[in-house]
Amino acid sequence: MMRQYSDKQNVQKKPYYSDRYFVSPQIPKEAVESDDVFANDVKVLQESFEIKEAYIQRGQLVVYIDPKDNVDVLTMLRDKLSYNFLSEHSAIDWLAKSGEFEIFYQMLSTSKRKRMRVKCFIQEKEVLKSVIGVYKSADWAEREMYDMFGVIISGHPYMKRLLMPDDWFDHPLRKTYPLHGDEVAQWYEIDKIFGKEYRDIIGPEERDSARVDVNDTYRFAHLNHEVPFGAEPSHEKTNIDYQEEGGVFIVKKLKKEDAKIVKERY
Amino acid sequence: MQKVNRLKPFFENIAFEREDNHMIVNFGPQHPSAHGQLRLILELDGEKVSKATPDIGYLHRGMEKMAENMIYNEFLPTTDRMDYIAATANNYGFALSVEKLIGLEVPRRAKVIRMMLLELSRISSHLFWLATHALDVGAMTIFLYTFREREYTLDLIEDYCGARLTHSSVRIGGVPLDLPKNWIENLNKFINHLPLDIADYEGLLDQNRIWKMRLEGVGIVTPEQAQSWGCSGPMLRGSGIAWDIRKEEPYELYDEVEFDVPVSTTCDSYGRYKLHMEEMRQSVRILKQLIPMYAGTSPEIMAHAPHYISAPKEQIMTQNYSLMQHFVLVTQGMCPPVGEVYVATESPKGELGFYINSQGDPYPYRLKLRAPSFFHTALLQEILVGEYLADVVAIIGNANIVFGEIDR
Repeated sequence: MMRQYSDKQNVQKKPYYSDRYFVSPQIPKEAVESDDVFANDVKVLQESFEIKEAYIQRGQLVVYIDPKDNVDVLTMLRDKLSYNFLSEHSAIDWLAKSGEFEIFYQMLSTSKRKRMRVKCFIQEKEVLKSVIGVYKSADWAEREMYDMFGVIISGHPYMKRLLMPDDWFDHPLRKTYPLHGDEVAQWYEIDKIFGKEYRDIIGPEERDSARVDVNDTYRFAHLNHEVPFGAEPSHEKTNIDYQEEGGVFIVKKLKKEDAKIVKERY
Repeated sequence: MQKVNRLKPFFENIAFEREDNHMIVNFGPQHPSAHGQLRLILELDGEKVSKATPDIGYLHRGMEKMAENMIYNEFLPTTDRMDYIAATANNYGFALSVEKLIGLEVPRRAKVIRMMLLELSRISSHLFWLATHALDVGAMTIFLYTFREREYTLDLIEDYCGARLTHSSVRIGGVPLDLPKNWIENLNKFINHLPLDIADYEGLLDQNRIWKMRLEGVGIVTPEQAQSWGCSGPMLRGSGIAWDIRKEEPYELYDEVEFDVPVSTTCDSYGRYKLHMEEMRQSVRILKQLIPMYAGTSPEIMAHAPHYISAPKEQIMTQNYSLMQHFVLVTQGMCPPVGEVYVATESPKGELGFYINSQGDPYPYRLKLRAPSFFHTALLQEILVGEYLADVVAIIGNANIVFGEIDR
């Protein structure tokens, strides 16, 4: 038997059905000249830097730059073009396709009421300069980006993982990282608290919170007849066809013992 | 030096010994005033903070990762769990960004209902903020009053969608339900009474000596800091920058309603408190204008876009083709066009942005959640320096941070 093929480069969920005649429409990219403010911004940027591509999509300017220019471009945007906010900054994983990360800086100018996105591509091991000197909001955004993607940043004063623990293995938002975590993630607590040799003794983590163990009397929600905490589970029958005299009528004259279980339909 | 073993792991940031007046205090992650799982490593010089290092991630659920493995409609209830104090604002931010992605226009009635829910959750969030902030600072009474009024907002939302905390009441393409009977009357009662309640809170707090001493001149955020650290919402307007996305980049019908954007130039916590009060009044003003607007709309509440949005229930149950479309949309999910979009909305806490990169699959290729609290928490490391230890709690409370959206 052949082993089923699975894409190791991208282990995220894939559509189970694909229509091979379906062509995805594209969101239209408008020319920069269609907006005066953006046209001027791109012109000013072009005088000093290499602009690889520039277009307007859904009312926001998108500019592709060289990753080496990132600090200078953002400085110019802040000082000369009055983009006073860096609202968001993160990466997109294209490692499976081209071995690159796409970095984006989402900018906002409150005086011009315009939003633009500065983007660049870097190789997996390429070092990206920190823009924390230009916008402080890049501080945690860069830390999160390193944490989630493993993008290497230089010049950041406190480059540590932000959301995951410091000793976490691998970067969770990469496409190669499975949704439910890898093996290291599964044993993280046990390895850390008890040691690897306890993996067999303790066993894998129970991730189904709704699971009920019949013989477990340590938890509140155990099955069968009530027993003291931690005692042996009882298999005594619990009388459930109880009808209180003059109480709320449940089922008339039902004797559970008399019930017949039909083996076959007839 | 600490003796490290398995039961006492090594915390590199904490020094357990103290020298002269310097001391390192570990605040959280379980602290009633941290409004979630915030761990702060505070270096103290006497009573003053000389360095603060916020540590987050204790509520990290990997929502961005989950989004990459879910169809768009599936992810919508997950966004409830971001800013769970005002869940509709998150639902709305996500729904709007997907609508922008596929280029969808929502019917007018849905817009009105959405705005009503958004403003109600803004009021609810601000009331909750005031309650917990005042409780942190020591004003216990106000907590009981604001929670009473917050109940009314939750009752209204419950009446509409059946849920009180995690609403999922905004859907991609519109809203699932029309307003129930008597809802408008109940809303009217509520918004007519709320300004009186707000006046009560202000009567309790405005000139309260303790309240003023704890808030005035505490937690100063200069306009430069606010811009550099990416502040938004009341944190930004509290620093004298009049920027409200509802006003500047109007979405829905915010360009048709009249409201003011309150700004405080004092840059301190007290100014931000006044700002929150005024914002609630403005929300009431918006709600008052929305009620007549609702009456003049036609009854459609979901956009008509068979490739992306299921038909109304009656149509699905009666028409074969609608049923087939619905089946495909539920099992495979909608496939938005290839492209990317960043949509920012004004949530009660600030700029809530959704960046979606779509490759034409039913799953987003990358979804980045821009949470306002994330940047406000990062700002703590700068504004806490030089403040007294007792004010740390006041500043955290005043920043209005919610950990659901910081850790995501």
